[in-house]
Amino acid sequence: MKRSLIVVCVIAQLTSGCSHKSKQPTPLKATATGAAIVESSGGKQIGYVGMPLDQPVVVQVNDASGSALAGAAVYFRGPSGVIFTPAAALTDSSGQVTTAVSLGQQAGRYKLVASTRDASGKNIELTLDEIALGYQQTVGAQLNALYCIRCHDPESTPQRVSNMDNLSVKPHAFTEGDTLNKMSDADLVAIISHGGPALNKSAEMPPWGYTLSKSDIAALVSYIRAVADPPYEAGGLVYARAVTELPYPTSKGGSAALQRGVIALFSNIEPGFNPAAHRAARRILQPWNRSQK
Amino acid sequence: MADRLKSLWHFFFGDSARAFGSMSLILLVLLAISPAKDHFSQWRRYQKQYLHLIRGRADAVTLERHYQGGIQQIWIPEQQVTDRCTTCHLGLKENSLSDVSAVAYRKHPVIPHSLTEFGCTTCHRGQGAATTVQEAHNATEQWEQPLLPAKYIEAGCGQCHLEKQTATPFLNQGRQLIASHGCTRCHTIKQGDATYILPEDDPPSLKHIADKTTREWVYAWIKDPQAYASTATMPNYHFSDDDARDVSAFIMSQSTPLEPPLQPLTAKPNPDPAAGTSLYGQSFCASCHAMQNAAGMMVGGNVGPELTGIGTKAKPEWLADWVANPNHYDPPTMMPHYRFTDEQVATLTSFLESKTEPDFVANVHLDAPTQQQIEHGKRLVLENGCASCHEINGVKKPENFAPELSRIGSKPVSQLLFVEGVDHNLHSYIAAKVGNPRSFGPSLKMPQFKLTPQQVDAITTALLALTDRAATQPPAMRIPSVQQSKYEPAGHAGQLMHDLRCFSCHMINGHGGDMAPDLTWEGTAVQREWLAQFLKNPETLRPALIRRMPKFNLSDADINTLTDYIMTVYQTPEFDRDSLPASELTPAMVEQGRELFYSKFACQSCHIADYAKDKGYIGPALAGTGKRFNAAWLYHWLKDPQSLRPGTIEPNQHMTDDEARALTAFLMSLKSTGAKEVAKK
Repeated sequence: MKRSLIVVCVIAQLTSGCSHKSKQPTPLKATATGAAIVESSGGKQIGYVGMPLDQPVVVQVNDASGSALAGAAVYFRGPSGVIFTPAAALTDSSGQVTTAVSLGQQAGRYKLVASTRDASGKNIELTLDEIALGYQQTVGAQLNALYCIRCHDPESTPQRVSNMDNLSVKPHAFTEGDTLNKMSDADLVAIISHGGPALNKSAEMPPWGYTLSKSDIAALVSYIRAVADPPYEAGGLVYARAVTELPYPTSKGGSAALQRGVIALFSNIEPGFNPAAHRAARRILQPWNRSQK
Repeated sequence: MADRLKSLWHFFFGDSARAFGSMSLILLVLLAISPAKDHFSQWRRYQKQYLHLIRGRADAVTLERHYQGGIQQIWIPEQQVTDRCTTCHLGLKENSLSDVSAVAYRKHPVIPHSLTEFGCTTCHRGQGAATTVQEAHNATEQWEQPLLPAKYIEAGCGQCHLEKQTATPFLNQGRQLIASHGCTRCHTIKQGDATYILPEDDPPSLKHIADKTTREWVYAWIKDPQAYASTATMPNYHFSDDDARDVSAFIMSQSTPLEPPLQPLTAKPNPDPAAGTSLYGQSFCASCHAMQNAAGMMVGGNVGPELTGIGTKAKPEWLADWVANPNHYDPPTMMPHYRFTDEQVATLTSFLESKTEPDFVANVHLDAPTQQQIEHGKRLVLENGCASCHEINGVKKPENFAPELSRIGSKPVSQLLFVEGVDHNLHSYIAAKVGNPRSFGPSLKMPQFKLTPQQVDAITTALLALTDRAATQPPAMRIPSVQQSKYEPAGHAGQLMHDLRCFSCHMINGHGGDMAPDLTWEGTAVQREWLAQFLKNPETLRPALIRRMPKFNLSDADINTLTDYIMTVYQTPEFDRDSLPASELTPAMVEQGRELFYSKFACQSCHIADYAKDKGYIGPALAGTGKRFNAAWLYHWLKDPQSLRPGTIEPNQHMTDDEARALTAFLMSLKSTGAKEVAKK
């Protein structure tokens, strides 16, 4: 009698470890399938590393006739470190899903992907670009808000009236990648430090080199590069290479633990960090990294 | 079985030679364990992989030359930094590795400090001496400081930088929120430079609250302050209906009538229905107070309380008394004493009384309180530390009501009580406590502040900066905070300036607000006649600003006193205001200056010299400069604006002496009165 009691206790002890419910999200039960997924708002925001974006990302699923569709499942994914709350949801009665986004820990551009399935089960995707500013770009953003934006911002609000329209030569908004990407860093530093005449441009751009420090001006240049649209492409500046897809997806046999390891490898440390998966991921990523070069 | 063991034993240890050989082998294996462990260690694999990575790159030779194998360490004994992070993070200083996706090998983002001088854990936390990924980054049993998430990284800066830096917007915001939400009225926060974070909110005294408002309003306000004004910083105590009833009963019972008592209003308001709105606008109430307009937009500043529902809150006789002279009800208030006529007081009062939110108190029905309820209310007021912020008759302000937070950033996790759903580390604990204090148990006294998640993170950042290191490091490592000076002007003029609350907006000698220009050297800058005229009727100098200098309706005698004081006392020691007499500014210089103004320096992009053709909208209009400024001030300003007013956004254009003199001559020749010119247009 006593022995069987002990056996029961031991078994209960052993199995209690197994009764932890796995924290895998239950798959969404979509009641409808859409034909297209479009952005409602929340794209092209400028945020800061590791911080939530000011505005949520809102996407809408439409049916074949182009009207909003309720009950379609939308899944969000992004580069490592990006956190969506929620990461998957059904569209509401207006056909939309709203998610709060927190960007990853490295500066640069983040491609977020919202996807849904159409009637044939095929994935349809929407890509949104967001920008995360690092330390130097944040300094630039602050200086921009204090000095530059007064003339370089086409938007005028009652709180901050833009001076752009009062100038005989219109200044470029810093997002005008088409123009500003063609200027070298040295040119940008020269025109900020010595004013428009340094590059044979208007004297309405005053020299800031006696007001701002060299590192301030470097920070401004890094900010201008960070917000350019289309994106500025050059070596030497700090940009994250956005990893939009895990290189070893579950469909090809990768385990969930391995996926976590891959994420851990890219974002350094995640809450569910697993050293074994980290090692396994590195073994797989070595050839992939080589192929990226 | 036993036979086999016996033969094995005999094989290895049968005779002394065999035993010696076997023992040697065992010793060899034992000795090999340590080097083998070292050889297969995690950091070696990282180094191997790094070498593999750089050998495939174009600048492999340079990178390999920079590479050093083995355990690397940044050792700064005086900072207690022993960081071996660079053992695996090998590319931190390699510019060409900024595009590598693996964090371990990427270049460190540009920061103003050298990694070798400051180390890694100073800002990032984690365990510097560890050589495995797990131990270095995660919280382990022996080490409770995990890596700090990127969103709190400015806490690292805040350990040494106590001043407000452009580069740390979230830290600044956090410190500002701690001050503006009055956190330090209950919690003491002593910073590393032995200064305290002082509260900047203005909780009203409740000594005469019954003169000001009704018990119904107090009840509804205590229940949910943000339901009355979304911008209110008063936190929500989640009182039950009964508790709110008793607290309001106690507070009202302790109120004594003002001395001298409020007078009923005798004057009649201006019959014109638009008069109130226009007086509210002319007096620039919106510089400090916000009010919801017809479109539902909140318009105005956040210095004073929101006025959208003021008519529901304030009794008319109190409002009239307050508008006439706020010093009567609340002497420490930031609100200036406008010299309104009785009719103006009545007009403004009736305008403000019309701004009501009847829904706020519609469902509040309170019976006369019983003695028992008042007693219970008193207990609640004492328990919740209401007197930490508000003056209440018969209740003493509690000392150190809440725990001191001066070293909260280094608080051992073992001393914290965690609840379900909060990660087991310091930053998660602080964020949860700030954002949702009552989740730590209903008996916790800390109330619920209305903060966005982003504001919670900012406050957490500022609190995480309060580390042991910040408190104990040598003073040379620290950039001290800028504290308000205790400057108060003397004499009759000083009393006048206090009555008008000049320091609520203007800074003089390091004391005052930052809403309006610093006036420390105003006496050198401007001409006496202009100043007198400006105080009489402040014209708009900066067309783009919403916040403007109000018209105080000063008497000529008051204006004379103020002007004399400002002109004689507020002078810079750097130069004499009469050192550039008009005789030195020739007509030829005026012409040369005009040329410089419009071509070389393109001043018209930001300033207006001539209302007919210039449109610059950023700096002050200059059309009347000749009547406003002294030539010597203009000259020195043009040479180096930041030396006269640090932080001004006017760029230093590096002018020669001749250029500055010519521009001064031109500006001094501009003598139009702006307002008339605009009227003509």
